[in-house]
Amino acid sequence: MATIEKDAVSGQNTTGHEWDGIKELNTPLPKWWVYVFWACTVWAIGYWIAMPAWPTPNGFTKGMLNYSSRGSLDEDLKAQKQSRSAWLTKIEKASVEEIEKDKALLQYAMVGGKVIFGENCSACHGAGGSGAMGYPRLADDEWLWGGSVAEIEQTIKFGVRNANANSRQSEMLPFGTGDKLADQQVGQLADYVVSMAGKAPAKGSPGEAIFAERCVACHAEDGSGNKDLGAPALNNQLWLFKGGKDGITAQITKPKHGSMPAWSERLDASTIKMLAVYVHNLGGGK
Amino acid sequence: MSIFKQHKVFETNVFFLAVGILLCIIVGGLVEVVPLFSIESTIEKVQGVRPYSPLELAGRNIYIREGCYNCHSQMIRPFKDEVERYGHYSLAAESMYDHPFQWGSKRTGPDLARVGGKFTNEWQVRHLINPRDVVPGSIMPGYPHLKRSLDYGDIEAHLKALSVVGVPYTAEQITNAKKDMAEQVLSEAPDAAIAKRYPKARMGSAMGTDKVTEMDALVAYLQILGTMVDFTKVNPEAIRR
Repeated sequence: MATIEKDAVSGQNTTGHEWDGIKELNTPLPKWWVYVFWACTVWAIGYWIAMPAWPTPNGFTKGMLNYSSRGSLDEDLKAQKQSRSAWLTKIEKASVEEIEKDKALLQYAMVGGKVIFGENCSACHGAGGSGAMGYPRLADDEWLWGGSVAEIEQTIKFGVRNANANSRQSEMLPFGTGDKLADQQVGQLADYVVSMAGKAPAKGSPGEAIFAERCVACHAEDGSGNKDLGAPALNNQLWLFKGGKDGITAQITKPKHGSMPAWSERLDASTIKMLAVYVHNLGGGK
Repeated sequence: MSIFKQHKVFETNVFFLAVGILLCIIVGGLVEVVPLFSIESTIEKVQGVRPYSPLELAGRNIYIREGCYNCHSQMIRPFKDEVERYGHYSLAAESMYDHPFQWGSKRTGPDLARVGGKFTNEWQVRHLINPRDVVPGSIMPGYPHLKRSLDYGDIEAHLKALSVVGVPYTAEQITNAKKDMAEQVLSEAPDAAIAKRYPKARMGSAMGTDKVTEMDALVAYLQILGTMVDFTKVNPEAIRR
């Protein structure tokens, strides 16, 4: 029944199967395909021997080359650290002020700082430190917690109003609850702050008296604020949240407080130094 | 080679066919199943990974419901560039209590494996409501509907179901699930038990309201991501693979 015969047209053998007079050609696989197949098989066996491959009860076969992707990463990082070490050791040893004095080091820190800022800081403070509602602009010369490079470094390291023990802490008292001001007084006070922000404080207004009684301890008599307490200056038109009478009234009655993570929990000391130098040189460093 | 020509035996004899099929399934099954016997050895032994608190778990369910994984991975691969940008590469141990894990395979947005603690709660809330408020070029959709209150009547069942598949929730954690959920958000002075049950859990309301919202849950989940393991205490040799 099964007779293998040569097909006259193609020159190939048939399989010997026949259905209702229809026969099946048994065309072999192309030679190149077969060679590639066997080469792959040999390669796979070699790979099992050379590289980590098979699971075992206690782990896996390590392979003769002892390759590890995590190990190779560790080596990459080490090599990178090595190649950067000429700069990084200098940055590690220098204080932020010293970095700023050394022109080459400053340039390096600025370039590094920019990259780190883009990944970590720009989400809140905007690209280039342009700021956003509730997040201070870093490219101007108005600072909440001080604009010297050391003060900036301190703020980055420990953040503001977070769980870190060294973070900058302060909270404005809410004058809409507790030791509260009457609505009328809040309005008068807001009017006075608006006038103060316009550089023309309304002398002799009822708001001035309330300001003198309730606000000067932190915001200072002339409204210039207090960097040690993070009390913002009120004698300019820069507002962290919202300016105008509405915004100021809202802040007096139920103050909002921003917060910032302590970056020393995430970034190393050299990285933070580069960031501090970068922020200090964005335009408004003191 | 002649054995390969004997397929006629299998094709014409139902007994041999059945035996042959059985053999095939056994071999295929063993190849698939046996490696799983040593699956434990792929999970690194590190300290700190704990089951999610009820609030974080609810947040994780919202993360899955909203399809966050479609654009965000949670897998920092062991490559130099990724480690430089996102932090320490992800460990298997860090997602051992995830059912299902959220490694993802596509990054339209950034990886979130270590987003915990990177931004403040207030930023997360604003960003989720309308990402353009804080990141002008963002193409992420806004999720303002998360301001609604969280329906967590069935949270115990979620913990229980996870404990069935091997997440080590204790009976105490399951019975206290609802209480812990509310306490993590609302309590001014949460009792020490919850902090002990779920170390490093973020306390307090992200929304500043007096109810438990979906936003609270999602933010609590985001803020714990990648923060459970203290890598300063991990020996790199011990987690090398």
